[in-house]
Amino acid sequence: MYTTDMSGKKKAEAVTEDPALIAAFEARVANDEFIEPKDWMPEAYRKTLVRQMSQHAHSEIVGMLPEGNWISRAPNLRRKAILLAKVQDEGGHGLYLYAAAETLGTSRDEMTEALLSGKAKYSTIFNYPTLTWADIGAIGWLVDGAAIMNQVPLQRTSYGPYARAMVRICKEESFHQRQGYEIMMHLAAGTPEQKRMAQDALNRWWWPSLMMFGPPDDKSPNTAQSMRWRIKRDTNDELRQKFVDITVPQAEAIGLTVPDDKLAWNEERGAYDFGEVDWEEFAAVVRGEGPVAKERLQARQKAWDEGAWVREAARVHAEKRAAAKLAAE
Amino acid sequence: MDAIATYALRLGDDSLILGQRLSEWCGHAPALEVDLSLANVALDQVGQATHFLNLAGELEGEGRDGDALAFRRDVMDFTNCLLVEQPNGDFAQTIARQLLFSHYQELLFTALTASSNTSIAAIAAKAVKETSYHATLASDWVVRLGDGTDESKARMVAGLDWMWRFADELFAMDDVDAAALKDGVGVDKAALRPAWDARIDATLAEATLVRPAPRRATTGGRIGHHSEHLGHLLSDMQFLQRAYPGATW
Amino acid sequence: MSDPSKEWPLWEVFVRGKGGLSHRHVGSVHAVDAKMALEHARDTYTRRMEGVSLWVLPSAQIVASDPGDAGALFEPAEDKVYRHPTFYKIPDGITHI
Repeated sequence: MYTTDMSGKKKAEAVTEDPALIAAFEARVANDEFIEPKDWMPEAYRKTLVRQMSQHAHSEIVGMLPEGNWISRAPNLRRKAILLAKVQDEGGHGLYLYAAAETLGTSRDEMTEALLSGKAKYSTIFNYPTLTWADIGAIGWLVDGAAIMNQVPLQRTSYGPYARAMVRICKEESFHQRQGYEIMMHLAAGTPEQKRMAQDALNRWWWPSLMMFGPPDDKSPNTAQSMRWRIKRDTNDELRQKFVDITVPQAEAIGLTVPDDKLAWNEERGAYDFGEVDWEEFAAVVRGEGPVAKERLQARQKAWDEGAWVREAARVHAEKRAAAKLAAE
Repeated sequence: MDAIATYALRLGDDSLILGQRLSEWCGHAPALEVDLSLANVALDQVGQATHFLNLAGELEGEGRDGDALAFRRDVMDFTNCLLVEQPNGDFAQTIARQLLFSHYQELLFTALTASSNTSIAAIAAKAVKETSYHATLASDWVVRLGDGTDESKARMVAGLDWMWRFADELFAMDDVDAAALKDGVGVDKAALRPAWDARIDATLAEATLVRPAPRRATTGGRIGHHSEHLGHLLSDMQFLQRAYPGATW
Repeated sequence: MSDPSKEWPLWEVFVRGKGGLSHRHVGSVHAVDAKMALEHARDTYTRRMEGVSLWVLPSAQIVASDPGDAGALFEPAEDKVYRHPTFYKIPDGITHI
């Protein structure tokens, strides 16, 4: 979900590592042990974890923007407070994940730079716009729903700081999906305009949510390695199928229609057959050409640029005070 | 609406409008940690607003609840002080607003814990702790910015300069305040001024800043005469309820 | 290019959620000094909790044992099983021990 690499390139490993160390490492991971920051680890593992954790963190931060777009217009005080708390949680989750990534030798500023330069990716889903209040419901229900499916297994991922961050995150996620579904439920049972709003949101967010699970398994070369390292438990297609199977009844329960004319319950498989994701669209969004990709990065760049004098002031202030304290002693 | 209901309404409007302003920073703050801090303050304010506005609606007794009051009044019926509706501007301007307001709010709520209206007293008692934190946070940031770089100092001076004309209104006592005070529901806000001055001066001193020059007070918020900013804030905030009258969310 | 000297240093955060419990490491925050570190720790890690105790400490000041030394530092304890209560055989019927 956070590390889609469409380049298909395999970068040559410049370093040859001691096979005994590698074997010992793999054995520990296979034994369900946790790898901690100062433990020996293959460079490929370290790189993969840094990329995954930082891109997961970037996703949380960029993810604040589509929902943040509606805080000021939330239609009542309760919804406003709930949305504000949810978006704040997402900021917090980003923070936990940046902190976990920093244990592997990268810095917050380095990671931020990678995001702003376009080098680092974030989940494709946040490149879509929130056009109505119903989008807030759809995001909580579908996007958080998909994210939760991905996050629960990560609580036992091999890298200790990542696993612990995920435990923390999962505890706080419980209300996110529920509040989204509750919004959709209420809209779908509301006025004709509200129902139309809800259906329209589902129409726009359904396929991008399916894309959150990444490319099809036969286009995911790193799956085996990720599963071995406990970064992944199920394959992309397995999770996507599970998501469809869980979510379709939820849509039907509130009288909304999933926008897929190929959707059909397959009795034999005990699962839903569903249509093909538009992989061209997916590839374009991964490339950075999503509908509001520019807006997202512009917003983050602006916050970074306009905040520079604040960050600098705090730093200089602390230095001044520390120097004064030293001089006084 | 009688004086006591209006009293609660004013408390609610202050918190509502400030909460609205602060939540504009969500996703855009200078650092991630600061984003969380501002969102915390915003959430606290929205929480206070919900309690006070619901109470005001109850006291009014005409079937309006907090949402009806928040989302279906126009500017002339809003009773918040002018300070809280001021635009965020840059971070220094936001912090200047927070400094002046939070120290006022902490002193006010501390006094209101003795209100004869048990609901107001209860809301105030619950809010005092968080408000105390807001005041400390604001002061700490004023110090960092005031005694930081040349740029931050200049911006902090500008921020305080923007907000200073709205300070006096916080402590003004009108008929509504007099009636509330008489009933034991409200407090003597003018009497809070010296303590507020002392706190502000202490913060400014530590921030190596000079107290802004005295100037004519700009007032009117309590009687619905607002700045140009409030109308825009409300048209954004109230849009959905106005566009879909009768719908519930 | 990001300048490491301009970054806010990293601090580790420990929270005691309830009286009687120990402080637990919960993660880190960036801050310029202790005062800010406490504010950020409070706003990041204790948003839903009341009456907690927070410790913050610059990450650079934490001294850790080297995982490679785990053998020397910790293994001897494996021999000394008499420190573990299960070593002693207590007859059945004796409770609370």
